[in-house]
Amino acid sequence: MDLYLSSATATDAERAAVDALIGLPDTRWTGGDRLDAADAITARTGAVARARRTELLPVLHAVQKAIGWVSWGALNYVSLRLTVPPAEAYGVASFYAMLSTEPQAATVIHVCDDVACRIAGAEEIKGALRAELGDHPDPEGACTFLGSPCLGLCERAPAVLVQRSGSHDDLAIAPASPDHVAGLLRSEMTAPDYAEPVASIPQAAGSDRDSLRLLRRIGLLDPTSLDSYRAAGGYGALERAMDLGAEAVRDEVTASKLMGRGGAAFPTGRKWSAVAEQPAQPHYLICNADESEPGTFKDRVLMEGDPFALVEAMTIAAYATGCSYGYLYIRGEYPLATTRLASAIHQVREAGLLGGTDILGRGFAFDIELRRGAGAYICGEETALINSIEGYRGEPRNKPPFPVAVGLFGKPTVINNVETLLSVLDIVLDGGAAYAASGTPDSTGTKLFCLSGYIAKPGVYEVAFGATLRELLEMAGGITGSGKLQAIMLGGAAGSFVTEDALDTPLTFEGTRAIGASLGSGVIFVLDDTVELLDTLTRIAAFFRDESCGQCVPCRVGTVRQEEALVRLGRPSTNGERDVDRALLADVAGVMGDASICGLGHTAATALSSALKAGLLDGAFQRADVTPADSGSGLDETKRMEESR
Amino acid sequence: MFGAGGGTSSYRDIEDTDFIVLWGSNARAAHPIFFHHVLTGIRNGAQLYVVDPRRTSSAEWADQWLGIEVGSDIALANTLAREIISAGLVDAEFIGRATTGFDEFRDSVQEWTLERGKQVTGIPAAVIKDLAHAYGNAERAQICWTLGITEHVTGVDNVLSLINLALLTGNVGKPGAGLNPLRGQNNVQGGGDMGAIPNKYPGFRDVESEEDRLRFEKVWGVPLPAKKGLHLSEIFEAMGRRDIRALYVMGENPAESEADVAHARKVLCDLDILVVQDIVLTATAQLADVVLPSAADWCEAEGTVTNSERRVQRCRKALDPPGEARQDLQIIADLARRMGHDWPELTSEDAWDELRSLSKMHEGMSYARLDEHGGLQWPCPDEEHPGTLILHERLWADPLEGEPVPFCPVEWHAPIDVLDEDFPLRLTTVRRLDSYNTGVQTDVLSTAPLRKDESLRISPEDATRLGLADGALARVSSRRGTIEVLVSYDLALRPGLTWMTPHASEEADVNVLTAEDWDPKSGTAEFKAVAIRVDAMTAS
Repeated sequence: MDLYLSSATATDAERAAVDALIGLPDTRWTGGDRLDAADAITARTGAVARARRTELLPVLHAVQKAIGWVSWGALNYVSLRLTVPPAEAYGVASFYAMLSTEPQAATVIHVCDDVACRIAGAEEIKGALRAELGDHPDPEGACTFLGSPCLGLCERAPAVLVQRSGSHDDLAIAPASPDHVAGLLRSEMTAPDYAEPVASIPQAAGSDRDSLRLLRRIGLLDPTSLDSYRAAGGYGALERAMDLGAEAVRDEVTASKLMGRGGAAFPTGRKWSAVAEQPAQPHYLICNADESEPGTFKDRVLMEGDPFALVEAMTIAAYATGCSYGYLYIRGEYPLATTRLASAIHQVREAGLLGGTDILGRGFAFDIELRRGAGAYICGEETALINSIEGYRGEPRNKPPFPVAVGLFGKPTVINNVETLLSVLDIVLDGGAAYAASGTPDSTGTKLFCLSGYIAKPGVYEVAFGATLRELLEMAGGITGSGKLQAIMLGGAAGSFVTEDALDTPLTFEGTRAIGASLGSGVIFVLDDTVELLDTLTRIAAFFRDESCGQCVPCRVGTVRQEEALVRLGRPSTNGERDVDRALLADVAGVMGDASICGLGHTAATALSSALKAGLLDGAFQRADVTPADSGSGLDETKRMEESR
Repeated sequence: MFGAGGGTSSYRDIEDTDFIVLWGSNARAAHPIFFHHVLTGIRNGAQLYVVDPRRTSSAEWADQWLGIEVGSDIALANTLAREIISAGLVDAEFIGRATTGFDEFRDSVQEWTLERGKQVTGIPAAVIKDLAHAYGNAERAQICWTLGITEHVTGVDNVLSLINLALLTGNVGKPGAGLNPLRGQNNVQGGGDMGAIPNKYPGFRDVESEEDRLRFEKVWGVPLPAKKGLHLSEIFEAMGRRDIRALYVMGENPAESEADVAHARKVLCDLDILVVQDIVLTATAQLADVVLPSAADWCEAEGTVTNSERRVQRCRKALDPPGEARQDLQIIADLARRMGHDWPELTSEDAWDELRSLSKMHEGMSYARLDEHGGLQWPCPDEEHPGTLILHERLWADPLEGEPVPFCPVEWHAPIDVLDEDFPLRLTTVRRLDSYNTGVQTDVLSTAPLRKDESLRISPEDATRLGLADGALARVSSRRGTIEVLVSYDLALRPGLTWMTPHASEEADVNVLTAEDWDPKSGTAEFKAVAIRVDAMTAS
């Protein structure tokens, strides 16, 4: 590919960061020394060189980590090494929140101010940081802080993520206190003792432990030891799967009626069969561990507490669908889960259960590559995730074709959520029929729920499908705060708000559908009646505006219009403005739902629409109109929004 | 070898093929629209190999670039042929049925071992072998070339050597396979098809065939010369001898584009009368006694153009020509009337329909059908004919239809402009994306947005040895003449090789350096292999 680079050159440190990850350049045409004259007559680049684009995000991560930001010179070198047009490399680098294309402080504290953390003291943490660093920290100083969307630590809110360049690892801290965070700035930051994942599973402490299936090993084994996992029966499912044969495994999964747990609830058996039957080769497997739905943290707990199980489950999925290579795409803000999975994959490979050509002596070859996201909610959408792996901006593709036919690198691709894959272990061990016997006829097996907000014992809960919302709340010790329920955000920011009258709804796919809601990613975020719901909804609107990839107009413009209308709703209004905004919100919701490319746009208005429908915003709409003279300056609000973009 | 001069396949066959060789072609820059078809082919899985002395922007897309020594194309082709034969990669069935002269050809390339090929072309033997095997093994393969093949004194032989490769492997006349000379403008193909070449009437009818001549005399109502005319290089030689003393130039700019241009300018000035018909006042027009301002064909006139896949397309008038400019057809008709011929008022369609009556391959292409089909590919002999996507499909008919195609053994000769102590560097001329030839259309009417100062591109190693800083002014000499020009470093260039463009003679008069020697078979001069020396300017 003909690349047209600017004159900016990479520093030695930037080159070293790239080379440490992908090796030294082998020709002058891909970044090597000109004086190496051997390749002045011939060059072998072309398709092989262009195929390196898939390494783009890992390489940008490496530069960000080593240098603290990605300069033009570094981008030029990366472009040359991986044969990526520099404008596109910039497009990728500027797409992700954890990569900076401007000089940035060596330490960036991402303070979660999303729905759960903002009612748990996020602003106090920001206040403490402001007191230490000033209102506008020098972006090139030693340390700065940024507001962040949900960090997936809601059960221990409030949370911060400390992103650090150089030799220090990133740190996730939850719960974080203003004093603690301010103290971090003054002394050398050290890794805190992570709360062990079992702390996020209240059921593990009591007699309920016996009922756990997906969560059953967490806390009972050493998540850093393959031996410990095998001693707990690990890799029995893979042996069993290979005894059954690939087709029989698919049959068991189909018989189990397992539905995808990522939010779309697609039958897993059908997806697997569709890929297995594709003649095009190779087939790819992707584990979607880009858990980013606000209020969701179940996959993090699974990966931190039982990482080997995910590796085994991926291997079974690959075996059943004829995949020779798999990617585990984990969200960038999960440092502990990333470390544990990297270690697990390494140990499993060393033990001969990954890589090679003959896993368990059955002539099966499969390997897994761990890929880190870099701060982009949209990459949880399967085709955006595929583009991200390929080294493109994480923009969703039009469907069809679906990934089962044309997925990663244009090949048939199985893409499953973490919880879905882990469910397969028991299906293989116990049989699909046994699995289907639990839960309800249309929602089989167990489901993980993420309880947070005003609830006594927040955490991940595992119940057989069929339990009601009320039962879940009781298991979790009931509502705290004022003790009076205002609403529950069910399914995530892309889900719905439900109220008291929905408490006896069974938490099944069909049960939630019947009340116009969805299980989504299993979020149950509880709001007592003291929470200013307009504030929560405005934060959700800001989240979608920030996370919209901008590719399609309905979503790019609609999410902005939606947030603007909610901001207006929060201030005194002029005559008739409320009616106009109510109509506008309905229009925008309709257009985004009808005409967006992907699920982000389709669901960016569902939470708001459900709240409007439930009358939860009636108070805000009924606030008396005022005359323009009284209304103060709306400019301040507009300015604030501009700055927050 | 095949008769009519045109690419054998369609753009579609570039998109749907397994293997593409771009040989002496930087289509990425010089044929950007065609290259989009190449890119589609690449995306569909085709491999791309590029043979070019420079690692051009096309070569940057290639799976394999072969940085051939300038002027050693026949050596490479013959080496490939020998390797394809000795590795058993020939299509013996095709050779037996559709070709003649294989044995003689095989013997002719016997000396071209990989080792000898390497010595002459500079390309490692393993890389030559790789190309031979990749081309030989490909199910469907394309060879595309442009001026890097033809603008040599051995231009025709160069082309023949490539055709031999296609005959060896049966890569012609079937879908996805072909031999394609890429045309540099929207109507280079059409110009030749319409008889704007000295030995052919429209539709590739032979000037020296009595049958053809009588046919044209009958329709045109005038006696026609029985002997073919002179080609461009011969015309300038004849002008030098003053055998030709009047010249009518239409849409050409030889005062800048001719090789050894100093000589060309002198003989243009020595003419008794020079008439130039052009859309702008070119350097040649500035030497003219009479200038006839012409309409721009692509927007100010009606007519047709024919592209590299032989597709005839209609061109429509969108604007009235400015001032006194007129459509070429009107100018020529008026001239005829002034010369005493009673020509009627002609529309473009009238002229086209006359052509259709004389050229069988265009006969089925009425304006109405051209409109309906968005253009048609010749040959299209009648109004029911859908046009021809692929030429020479007859070679695959069993039994063969028509005559078999002969192999043409060709000998390699070193470039005539030899490198020696006095002229140690090789200069080649190339084109850039934003300019076309002497820049009449790309630089005179508007300044190309990417235009940088024209310069001699040289490797940093050579420049440093010569004491030339990047951007310094240097004196560049060949055996024909000397120019002063800026030098700029080209990091992609190997030592010993330099390049310039013909785009801006006012800044870099490259054709003062090129050789007037021409290919006796095509009349094309040697633009590609020039021996030069470069000297730093001493302070004066």
